[in-house]
Amino acid sequence: MRLALREMHRRPGRFAIATVILTLIAILLMFLGGLLDGLVASSTGAFRAQRADLVVYSGNSRNSLERSRIEPDVRHQVESVPGVTRVGGLGSVQLGGRIPGRGARDLVPTVLFGYELAPRGLPSTPPGAGTVYADDSLRAKNVVVGTTIHLGPARSAVTIVGFVSDTRYSGQGTLWGSLETWRQVLDANRPDARVGPGVVQALVVQGVSLGRAGLPEQIDRATDGATTTLTITEAINALPGVSQQRTVFNQIIGVTVVIAIVVVALFFALLTVERTALYGVLKAIGASSRTLFVGVVLQAVVVALIASLIGVVASLVLDALIPAGTIPFVATPARLLSSAVVLVVAAVVGCTFSLRRVLRVDPAAAIGGAP
Amino acid sequence: MTTLAESAGTFDHALEMRGITKVYRVADDEVVALDHVDLIVASDEIVALVGPSGSGKTTLCSIAGGLLSPTDGSVVVAGREISGYSGHQLTDFRRESVGFVFQTVNLIPFLTARENLLVVDEIGRRLGRVARDRADQLLAELGLTDRAANLPAQLSGGQKQRVAIGRALMNDPSLVLFDEPTSALDSSLGDQVVRLIREEMKARGTAAIIVTHDDRITHYADRTVHIEDGRIAE
Repeated sequence: MRLALREMHRRPGRFAIATVILTLIAILLMFLGGLLDGLVASSTGAFRAQRADLVVYSGNSRNSLERSRIEPDVRHQVESVPGVTRVGGLGSVQLGGRIPGRGARDLVPTVLFGYELAPRGLPSTPPGAGTVYADDSLRAKNVVVGTTIHLGPARSAVTIVGFVSDTRYSGQGTLWGSLETWRQVLDANRPDARVGPGVVQALVVQGVSLGRAGLPEQIDRATDGATTTLTITEAINALPGVSQQRTVFNQIIGVTVVIAIVVVALFFALLTVERTALYGVLKAIGASSRTLFVGVVLQAVVVALIASLIGVVASLVLDALIPAGTIPFVATPARLLSSAVVLVVAAVVGCTFSLRRVLRVDPAAAIGGAP
Repeated sequence: MTTLAESAGTFDHALEMRGITKVYRVADDEVVALDHVDLIVASDEIVALVGPSGSGKTTLCSIAGGLLSPTDGSVVVAGREISGYSGHQLTDFRRESVGFVFQTVNLIPFLTARENLLVVDEIGRRLGRVARDRADQLLAELGLTDRAANLPAQLSGGQKQRVAIGRALMNDPSLVLFDEPTSALDSSLGDQVVRLIREEMKARGTAAIIVTHDDRITHYADRTVHIEDGRIAE
């Protein structure tokens, strides 16, 4: 093993091409992963922030918050289900916001949420009518505490009283107020979507942990099919575009990993062919095929680790340089670590293609004794 | 398989080859490289193995060093019967009991002279300080102390050959096999190297087989064995 490391130390140029290519692949892997995480985070923050176990939509809504309407009698049925401990209404409306200091037509896309059960980072009692908390991402649009945003064609005024982090929805900054505020803004700007008193779009539900697995089915049975109840994870996956984004990006990431395997396989196969005479001598003086192959794997792992390290640094620099609210890129430790692990595994898999070549090196060739 | 001599830790002969036959299959043909060869080398004897190209001397040397297995016959090196050894056992045997000096020297180009000796320890038992002391001692005996930190590319042909001899002696072998050690050297340098080989072997009481085309080498050997068409004609 020391032999393999010494070769890398004394002949770094020999491994430069593989390191450069793998570094580019590492950066691509981490950038793709960071984009996926950023996109998913910007689409799902409002749901991930919910301190609830379940989301209840109306049965005919096809799991869409916008299409869903829960009437007060259905809510009462849900509240009556054994195991349900707390229920809160949730409403949303997507509107362009006019922010002071920006042009009259320079609308900032926002989603106003009305809530009862406070999501993470919000006060348990929603702010008073006409006041809201804003998602952190709106700071980049010059929103500060005290800013009044005019929403939609009716220019409904809401005043910012604080901020909450990581609650974006469908790529837009969110505003969080009471159900009363939500209803007022909805009535004024979306007359076609107006809702009656006590009507909400969805319910968020906290349940007892014991037997929670069957709680969604119990709720839907109790409402006689008037509801579709999802866990928070299921509700996140049902959000428009989320699963499609994951599928597409994971496929691209998969292809990138295959390319990494091919690069390592080709590079180390060539290197092994170049070293046939050297391996012959080493085998002749008593090195086992295992020792030689472990050396090849070690070199591949070192190259992959160096590439990953550069990739991690590049991703962190990129994350710091990208202005907030532009490219949805997030460099999370989990993503960077998993990308590095994937690259190292790809390197190990790639160099197994050289195993047969190492095994086939005949020590007798070193002395010219092979047939 | 262990012989009585091995279990006792002593043996009269470094090498005993009896009835060695080696047949290569090339496509549908069979090529007999060695035909019932007998060869015994005493424990401190230097044997020059000479013969024309294709006579079988390299094959004989390879079988003696555990690089090849014979088709038939018995090979005992330092009391160990190796003709029935598996590939794995032969690897261990080469690492522990024989030394090789190859025709093209074949030092590892990215290791210094000292590290080229220590590579034997690295792929083997890893004796650490003991191995490092032995490498330094061998380099001193071979007149290479001031070249210990040089890479092969910084050494002359004779110095490289001396490093190769040092590497062959690192595992304190019972038998050292030299494959045409002077073929890449001019006559005076070749003479020096062969004299050095004799001195080193005799000083250690180690047996050696020197495969060569060079008749001058035979003057330094205790015995010359001629091989032709796979048969020995002493």
